[in-house]
Amino acid sequence: MNAITPREAALSVRGLRKAFAGVPVYDGFALDVKRGDILAIFGPNGCGKSTLINMAAGLLPADAGEILYDGRTVDEVRIGYVFQNYREALFPWRRAAENIRYPLRRMGLKRAEIERRLEALVADFRVRFDLNAYPYSLSGGQQQLVSIMRALAVEPEVLFLDEPFSALDYETTLSLRTLLQQVLKARKTTTILVSHDLEESIVLADRILMLTRRPTLVADDIAVELAWPREAATLSAPNFVAIKARCLDVFTRAVAGA
Amino acid sequence: MRGILVPAAGAAGFVALWWLAVLLRLADPVLLPSPLETFNDTAKSFTQGPLLHDLWRTVTRTVLSFLVACGIGVPLGLLLGAKESIYRAVEFVVDFFRSTPASALFPLFLILFGVGEGTKIAVAAFGAALVILFNAAYGVMNARRTRLLAARVMGASPLRVVFDVMLWEAMPQILVGMRSGVSLALVIVVVAEMFIGSTDGLGQRVIVAQSLFESGLMYGVIFVAGALGYLLNLTFLLLEKRFIHWAGK
Repeated sequence: MNAITPREAALSVRGLRKAFAGVPVYDGFALDVKRGDILAIFGPNGCGKSTLINMAAGLLPADAGEILYDGRTVDEVRIGYVFQNYREALFPWRRAAENIRYPLRRMGLKRAEIERRLEALVADFRVRFDLNAYPYSLSGGQQQLVSIMRALAVEPEVLFLDEPFSALDYETTLSLRTLLQQVLKARKTTTILVSHDLEESIVLADRILMLTRRPTLVADDIAVELAWPREAATLSAPNFVAIKARCLDVFTRAVAGA
Repeated sequence: MRGILVPAAGAAGFVALWWLAVLLRLADPVLLPSPLETFNDTAKSFTQGPLLHDLWRTVTRTVLSFLVACGIGVPLGLLLGAKESIYRAVEFVVDFFRSTPASALFPLFLILFGVGEGTKIAVAAFGAALVILFNAAYGVMNARRTRLLAARVMGASPLRVVFDVMLWEAMPQILVGMRSGVSLALVIVVVAEMFIGSTDGLGQRVIVAQSLFESGLMYGVIFVAGALGYLLNLTFLLLEKRFIHWAGK
């Protein structure tokens, strides 16, 4: 299943190298992400999951190798990035709606187009809270939803999610990820999710990349062939349980094998 | 209501103690006039004497030097804060002059700017600028990294990051710097009015009143200067509260 032709790849990583203080994290790493896929990256702590997406998003320079979006560098494409810490990622001096409009203004879009996109997002995510509020007066789930809307507003070629739900309670996480998978699938947004929650990774992903400890390699590359939309019942479906068992097994070996 | 009553009671207590000290003749009446006498002398100087003009001059000098200090301190602080390596290089110099009593610099500024308005404003502006610069630089250096990265990912140019994120991130700290800066400017202006070629201003009025043994007026001018400092501080506190609505949230 992982034979992705170059035309199908939204993101291609080749020969990636990165070391921190002389300790290699990535040493010749390669990856292709198919357009429209949701890829979850899962691995032991410190294996460089966030490092990988930060390099892909252009937030961190790679030591060597190339990361291309259909042949273009990150500076030439629009990407979206949702940070783990929504409190520190949103601009608290701007209202929620202004936060979402911000990247669109940077793109130089016309006011009508900006409003059209904002309204589309509000409809897609069925937003019922007041977007004219300042972020700090919203709940954690609402703030992270605003972050996600802000990242999706630019209609990114690839959306990066760095542990987007880890600071939220379980109830909020469940409703937010149900909403997110619907929107991502409807918009066919290529997404890379970093998560330390295995259940979340499986529920949200088309494909799970299991990583080893440093220097990081692919321990397993698992297709998640579960029907969309995935609901609460999915969590107890036999193939979900089977995938989870396989992932856990790989994970245990990846951690032990260090 | 309670918020006003308690401090008002404290102030009334202070005046009562003062009056008691006068009634008990704890000090020579020439050195310690009664609160009423102080009030009358001060009110008279306001209505018939030069005190209103003095107050106006001190306010003008303080505001002017504060504006000059902001004009220098804020942009320079932002710039230095954004380039932390440069700030580290000048940090010692900034800290050194920030710690130097501005009054020690009077002779130097007299040479540079001559005897006149320019010197008073320049010394006060110099002192206040360093405080504002220091706070602005720290505000920028303590900017949340995630927010800077978020702006970059959203396609903001380095210059836009400075104006759209760093400036805002530093804003609470800049206002703290402005509050300390304006207080310091007032202190320096009042001292400068006493000692460097002045004919007006609160500092001049205090020292003239003292030398003429107009102790009622002297106390009154001290209270006027105190009230001015208090109001300036309060203004900035209210500005912080109203404008920096997101602080600490």
